[in-house]
Amino acid sequence: MLADIMLGQYFPGNSVIHHLDPRTKIISTILLISSIFLAENYQAYSVVVVFIGFCIALGGIPLVMIFRSLKPLWLIIILTLLIHIFTTTGIIIYTLGPLTVTQEGLRLGFLMSIRLVFLIIVSSLLTFTTSPVALTDGIERLLKPFKAIGLPAHELAMMMTIALRFIPTLLEETDRIMKAQMARGADFTSGNILRRARNMIPLLVPLFISAFRRADDLATAMEARCYRGGDHRTRMKQLKITGKDWTAYAILLLVIGILLVVRIYVK
Amino acid sequence: MSIILENITYVYMPKTPYEKSAIKEINIEIKPGEFVGIIGHTGSGKSTLLQHLNGLLKPTTGTVTVDGQDIHAKNQDAKHAKRSVGMVFQYPEHQLFEETVYADIAFGPRNLGIEESEIDQRVKRAMDFVGLDYERFANRTPFQLSGGQMRRVAIAGVIALEPRYLILDEPSAGLDPQGRDEIFGQIIKMYQATGITVVLVSHNMEDIARMANRLIVMNAGQVMLDGLPVDIFRDCQEQLQKAGVDVPPLTVLMNKFKQRDLSVDHTVVTMDAAVDSVLAAVRRS
Repeated sequence: MLADIMLGQYFPGNSVIHHLDPRTKIISTILLISSIFLAENYQAYSVVVVFIGFCIALGGIPLVMIFRSLKPLWLIIILTLLIHIFTTTGIIIYTLGPLTVTQEGLRLGFLMSIRLVFLIIVSSLLTFTTSPVALTDGIERLLKPFKAIGLPAHELAMMMTIALRFIPTLLEETDRIMKAQMARGADFTSGNILRRARNMIPLLVPLFISAFRRADDLATAMEARCYRGGDHRTRMKQLKITGKDWTAYAILLLVIGILLVVRIYVK
Repeated sequence: MSIILENITYVYMPKTPYEKSAIKEINIEIKPGEFVGIIGHTGSGKSTLLQHLNGLLKPTTGTVTVDGQDIHAKNQDAKHAKRSVGMVFQYPEHQLFEETVYADIAFGPRNLGIEESEIDQRVKRAMDFVGLDYERFANRTPFQLSGGQMRRVAIAGVIALEPRYLILDEPSAGLDPQGRDEIFGQIIKMYQATGITVVLVSHNMEDIARMANRLIVMNAGQVMLDGLPVDIFRDCQEQLQKAGVDVPPLTVLMNKFKQRDLSVDHTVVTMDAAVDSVLAAVRRS
């Protein structure tokens, strides 16, 4: 039941991309996403397609997973396509009542929705190849410079780590309490909304109690181990930028360069 | 009239990198009146197996029948069949939610649509079985009770459903020895008084040796041994070790006596009986 939900979408693997420093992956993702906006024509798009395909192959992510990551957003993609097709002015090729389809509209709609697909795939690539813990580690390091202006980088990252850590635990707990109450004849699936909300009480009360209990236990455990925030803490697993990361940046810059050239010279 | 599992296989998270088959091709029959103990190492599939007994998990392949009724059929009979199997989870006190002990125990019977007067009777009976005084506890909030008392309230909540089969997953986990003895004492009392069928999962071999009249040892998702506890403890020590479970210390001791040619009864499971047996053997020799 609930235990079947996958946390984030981390796809464990042993590829070069999996082994890149999380900071590299976060920065590259941001760079790549922004550079996708440089692409305006089919030629530039094919460069992006080739590069994303290269990354997917390198990361060893099955195509099925990629398509699955698009699933929740297909409605937005289709909507983008339709809005552009019907609202762009230009050479009319088809009329349907008040709606007109133009050549420019078709082209723009196609490019825009593909751009959306690119954005989703690129950001999924990050979460597919980076475990949630590595991701928060990377974010913490990247936010560190902003500490000077009062951003609690360590605390934010710690909160994220704890939240992520407890998602599966609470899911399991929910699953167990749900089953226990179902075994006592509770019904979570039928009736109208009001009834269903009332039926959730036997699930929510124990769940909240258990969440508070866990929070309390965790706080005690952290204090018992002398946790007092991020200052002077050292890490067991140090993040290190290695040759692989520089290679990744080099390849990325090359791709961005190509996109720039295409944008300037290919009309 | 029994619970029959036929060729049960269950796969967690199929078609993902986390795919794992928790239990494989399980075939067992639990007959009325049995007191079945299930043991196995952590991750051997005990809990997964239990959840198949009352239809909380649907097997990937195989069928579960309770008293001749396939419990995954889509009809009223299947629902009734499921209800004849009561399930006490690990740490059952975590499922308490009502404002009073009475209301929490009555939650199950109310869901079954039973009349209030009958519910009243059932709550009283259930509290009596778990040794909670009705007058003293019925109107208290369950959250201010001790751990052992909360657990008894939760178990009473299942007993109030008056199931024909009672399944308990580690009912003594996290209790002190006294609380453990009380819970087990009440389970035995109820088993003897009502003839209810009990399936008990426990890490503690001693408990199972003392109570169960049939022992199932799980290993790596399969039934490794199935038989009388005394037989298994006597004959299958190597296999038990392979399954990662320990033979009760008392049995180990008695077997050692036996190897030293002291004619003790190695099937005893209680300390008193063991003392008597050793004394008798020493006198004889």
